[in-house]
Amino acid sequence: MSAVDTAPRVTRPRRRAALMGRAPQDTPAGIGTYLLLATTMLFAAFPLYWMFVIATSNDEALAQIPPTVIPGDRFLVNLDEVFSLQDVYFAASLVNSVIVSTVVTASMLFFCSLAGFAFAKLRFAGSRWLMLFVVLTLTVPNQLGVVALYIVMGRLGWNGTLLAVIVPGLVTAFGVFYMRQFILNTVPDELVESARMDGATTMRVYRSIVLPSIRPALAVLGLLTFVATWNDFQWPLITLGGTDYPTSMVAISDLASGNYVIYRRVLAGAFVATIPLLVMLFIGGRQIVRGIMEGAVKS
Amino acid sequence: MSTTRAAPAPSARPAGRHGHGADPDHHRRLGWRDRLYRFDVRYMPYLLIAPFFLIFLVFGLFPLVFNGVIALRTYRLDDPAAAGWAGLDNFRQLFGDEDFWNALYNTFGIFLLSSVPQLLLALIVASLLNRRLRAQTWWRVGVLLPYVTPIVASTMVFSVFFSRDFGMANWVLGLFGVGGDEPINWRADKLHAWIAIATMVNWKWIGYNALLYLAAMQSIPRDVYEAAAVDGAGPWRQLWRITVPMIQPVIVFTVILSTIGGFQLFIEPMLFDLNAQAATGGPNGEWQTIAQLIYKVGWKDLNLGYAAAMSWALFLIILVVAGINTLLTNRLSGGRSR
Repeated sequence: MSAVDTAPRVTRPRRRAALMGRAPQDTPAGIGTYLLLATTMLFAAFPLYWMFVIATSNDEALAQIPPTVIPGDRFLVNLDEVFSLQDVYFAASLVNSVIVSTVVTASMLFFCSLAGFAFAKLRFAGSRWLMLFVVLTLTVPNQLGVVALYIVMGRLGWNGTLLAVIVPGLVTAFGVFYMRQFILNTVPDELVESARMDGATTMRVYRSIVLPSIRPALAVLGLLTFVATWNDFQWPLITLGGTDYPTSMVAISDLASGNYVIYRRVLAGAFVATIPLLVMLFIGGRQIVRGIMEGAVKS
Repeated sequence: MSTTRAAPAPSARPAGRHGHGADPDHHRRLGWRDRLYRFDVRYMPYLLIAPFFLIFLVFGLFPLVFNGVIALRTYRLDDPAAAGWAGLDNFRQLFGDEDFWNALYNTFGIFLLSSVPQLLLALIVASLLNRRLRAQTWWRVGVLLPYVTPIVASTMVFSVFFSRDFGMANWVLGLFGVGGDEPINWRADKLHAWIAIATMVNWKWIGYNALLYLAAMQSIPRDVYEAAAVDGAGPWRQLWRITVPMIQPVIVFTVILSTIGGFQLFIEPMLFDLNAQAATGGPNGEWQTIAQLIYKVGWKDLNLGYAAAMSWALFLIILVVAGINTLLTNRLSGGRSR
């Protein structure tokens, strides 16, 4: 897979046949490919751009034919309106989203890497069966237990608090499985064994041998977890909807409710809540691409 | 993390991990160290995996099972006193519930309109990306823009896009002379609402699926293509004759993923509604999906028992449809050998 950029294995120099027998990934892209890809990018990016256009416009700009495609200058005005709406708690919701996503991501990285390490490198009775159990749970769409989850949270007294959205995401089967695969393939057994011989404790092995070598996997899992947690909507809506502690996604849906929806406000809020993710894609895009291409994501 | 090297811990026992009690002079000191070590080797692994099992059992598995119990009960948030066993009443109600069948119909329709174009376009985008490209990483990152965008945010954009009077969709269609004199009211009938919602789903997931396909495409052995040169297959035929059959397992995987996701579609139909909080999916349920109906029954009508029964029904439907789709995909993408 990594051989894409290295010398293509074209063994025959004949010009005519060169295009035909070559694997696509060794074939340089033609102008047509670039044009089609550029069109794809346009479609991918346009809704985001248009979100910004509406977020910066006034109401008249939205009621025009042909539609405006040039950003206005009212972004701050619109944003100010969003922040000052009494029953939407937009500012608080952004803080809540940061708290929830950060805590869930940090906890995922910690617990999933520990469990993945145990499953990959430690011997203990029942480990195979327990791992099989983890893999089986990957297939369960837990959204379907949402009614019962609500009742459980009710018993715990957590509905309407951030705990209800944080705790179920602290460690997931997918994360454990992903870390286990990575550790299995990257941390050599001999290194663990020899550290053991020297009397290193389990946690010591984790800290000095495992942690340094799984940084790439931590980056991938961290980014994917953060994005997924930040964007989560259904469960936060159920448990946090109508309270004073929404996440930003719930707050945006509040902006979009009512008899008359003011879209420049909604989209100003939506744009602000999208910025962190665009920044992450810009900085960690390579890792996110890698994670997905390794089949890392369970949606 | 002071040291990142694998420095051996000198503090731990130097030798003879099995020989405890051999030296009576050091008995007490080695005693607890020894026990600590034994604990570490024997029980530490369980301690490390315990958090996952704890969280999963309490917030994953238990709710799923408990859901089955609630489905057999009368459980109303507005009338706790009415609680009690209901037997199969909830399920009986389900079969005669027009809203449920309507939601199932909508879910299915939107699923067809979104999954088929989504996966076909993803294949094409993947084959575009599967060339030697300049700035390769950036193209790949670019197709993920929709993937990182919150669905809540993008749905609001599309909501404006598909508005009747000043929406860009109608304007663009008008440029091509489609749509006639009357602007299309995307929220007035099933087909148009489905198309609008399917567009959002397609937009969101094409790039993501393309990357899954790309990964599979790059692991196809190169000599397969060399052999194809004899047949003189062009790029298009190469894609359908060689590439698609070779990446068939991943295609099946994406079909299953999009079935599971598609049948739980919630955010798009919720927020496409001008009155989102009502969760009705249009004035007459034109685009109300099952996930949305479950939300409405559970948290607007406050009938959790019935909502739980619906969740179970949805679970079964997903299983069946995923199974059928897997078979279909196996056939269509060239897996005739089995």
